[in-house]
Amino acid sequence: MSDRSGVAVHLEGLRRTFGSVHALDNLDLQIGAGELIALLGPSGCGKTTALRVLAGLEDADAGRVLVGGKDVTGLPANRRDMGMVFQAYSLFPHLTAEQNVEFGLRLRGRRRVPGRAAAMLELVGLSAFGARYPHQMSGGQQQRVALARALAIEPAVLLLDEPLSALDAKVRVQLREEIKRIQTEVGTTTLFVTHDQEEALAVADRVGVMRAGRLEQLATPAEVYQQPVSAFVADFVGLSNRLPGIVSGPVVSVLGTELPLVTTAAAGSATALVRPEAIGITPDPDGEGRVLTSSFLGPTSRVTVTVRETLVIAQVASGLLPSLTPGTAVRVTLQPVPVALDVPVN
Amino acid sequence: MAGVIAGRRRKQRVFRWAVLVVLGVFFLLPLAAMVEFSTRDSATWPLLVNWPKLSDTYPDLAEGIVASLEQAGLTAVLMLALLVPTAIWVRLRLPWLRRIVEFLCLLPLTIPAIVLVVGLAPVYAWVNYFLGGSSLTLVFAYTILVLPYAYRAIDAGLSAIDVKTLAEAARSLGASWTTVIVRVVLPNIRSAVLSAAFLTVALVLGEFTIASLLNRTNLQVSIALLGKSSATMSVAVSLAALLLAFLLLMLLSLAGRSTKESK
Repeated sequence: MSDRSGVAVHLEGLRRTFGSVHALDNLDLQIGAGELIALLGPSGCGKTTALRVLAGLEDADAGRVLVGGKDVTGLPANRRDMGMVFQAYSLFPHLTAEQNVEFGLRLRGRRRVPGRAAAMLELVGLSAFGARYPHQMSGGQQQRVALARALAIEPAVLLLDEPLSALDAKVRVQLREEIKRIQTEVGTTTLFVTHDQEEALAVADRVGVMRAGRLEQLATPAEVYQQPVSAFVADFVGLSNRLPGIVSGPVVSVLGTELPLVTTAAAGSATALVRPEAIGITPDPDGEGRVLTSSFLGPTSRVTVTVRETLVIAQVASGLLPSLTPGTAVRVTLQPVPVALDVPVN
Repeated sequence: MAGVIAGRRRKQRVFRWAVLVVLGVFFLLPLAAMVEFSTRDSATWPLLVNWPKLSDTYPDLAEGIVASLEQAGLTAVLMLALLVPTAIWVRLRLPWLRRIVEFLCLLPLTIPAIVLVVGLAPVYAWVNYFLGGSSLTLVFAYTILVLPYAYRAIDAGLSAIDVKTLAEAARSLGASWTTVIVRVVLPNIRSAVLSAAFLTVALVLGEFTIASLLNRTNLQVSIALLGKSSATMSVAVSLAALLLAFLLLMLLSLAGRSTKESK
């Protein structure tokens, strides 16, 4: 669709401080041409600052921003050629959806591009809403128009700053699928900032988990989830049980099962981070576990069990729930998937 | 119980009407007196609406009306040119300055006009020197005088929209700062800008102290002068000026309402 898609982006040694807070601490990030990278992290980890520095809306104290090999660090936001969708509704209230989409085109003197705005609205599934004003549209529709407006100018890079966080759960899931579809279709290099791990894992080609202004891990969604490089990543992405274990060599022994380690660690006692889906529960009168509570989550359910005075949360198929009433004796088994260790707090 | 409630409601209604009647008499009685007095001579009102004849008969009054209208228009333009970009810029880039700017803009409200004139007199000696003694030079003083009202109106307009996000969205689409202000922010604070302009016009049309003490002419100064020679005419002109101010305020509230309805 766009002949300008596929521009590589390189954030190089970015630093930014607000008072005593290091929002960006020597951040390095390479985004491949046409790639969708999601920056994920808790509030204040610097992910939005990184995006705003790339957009030119914020200045970095040090470091460079390279787009397609060109240094754009000194360029103002209006000359960076980036489309952006904001967390807050950002459509111009006095313009219709179509006029909003045309705004950037007109500034570029491309008013004559016939049907460009209409085509963009069609891309986001809102061709019938061109004449509506923002206040006549739902939040989800407004964000779709904002996406169409950002893409209409055929930007070198598409920046999405938590675009779904103001929407309700169902619309959020729907729209994130659509963002993925459109991004794949258009092929624009995209940086997606979010604090919602599910969202990041669902849309991104690679996920960057940020902590205190730095990238803790940058890998594919599956890798980030299955092989977190640190306790922080394991803890932040997905739910983890903190189970006591003994490290010996490349394995840690947890509840009598030896689990491989993601990274090597010193021998001795440690806390292993085990995913709920890596834990199996079967009713067994001789089992040493006791079901405490269970909660139905749809296709799967979450069951809390005590084993040797340790609380274990397991994810089981909802079909098993009737046999796992509170008080039931159960046998707990662990799948031998690689686990990370929690770093002891001194 | 129902009887007690009904009794209380009746008392409230009586009280409400009593307040309305007292206020109505308080405001309308002087106006009625003005209407009565200014219509004693049947030639007064026809003369007032006949501009060529009026300017022949009362050249000072005509000069005052023209001066006031010019002052009102120019003050509104100067105030908007100064205040709109400042208020937007403070919101976008210098939020920590907001309280200070607000305080500075409210200052003229706390300083009595007479004190303001004492301070302005030496400044106007220089204004006289460089720009001459035209009545239009009052525009500078009036711009300061209207700041409290105009700033409030514009600031309220800016509070109603997310200026920062709109400006950033426009910037990322390639808009220069001028484009951001003219094509994105201004259309969305139109009613606030109109309010500020109407308030300015109403205030300037009613200003007397500064013009009189700085030896300039405007509508109120000429009415005061006229009062000494033709009381009927001066009262008629005062009434017309009042009605014009009412009309402006009504337009202002209509502008506000239509904006709300369109949202």
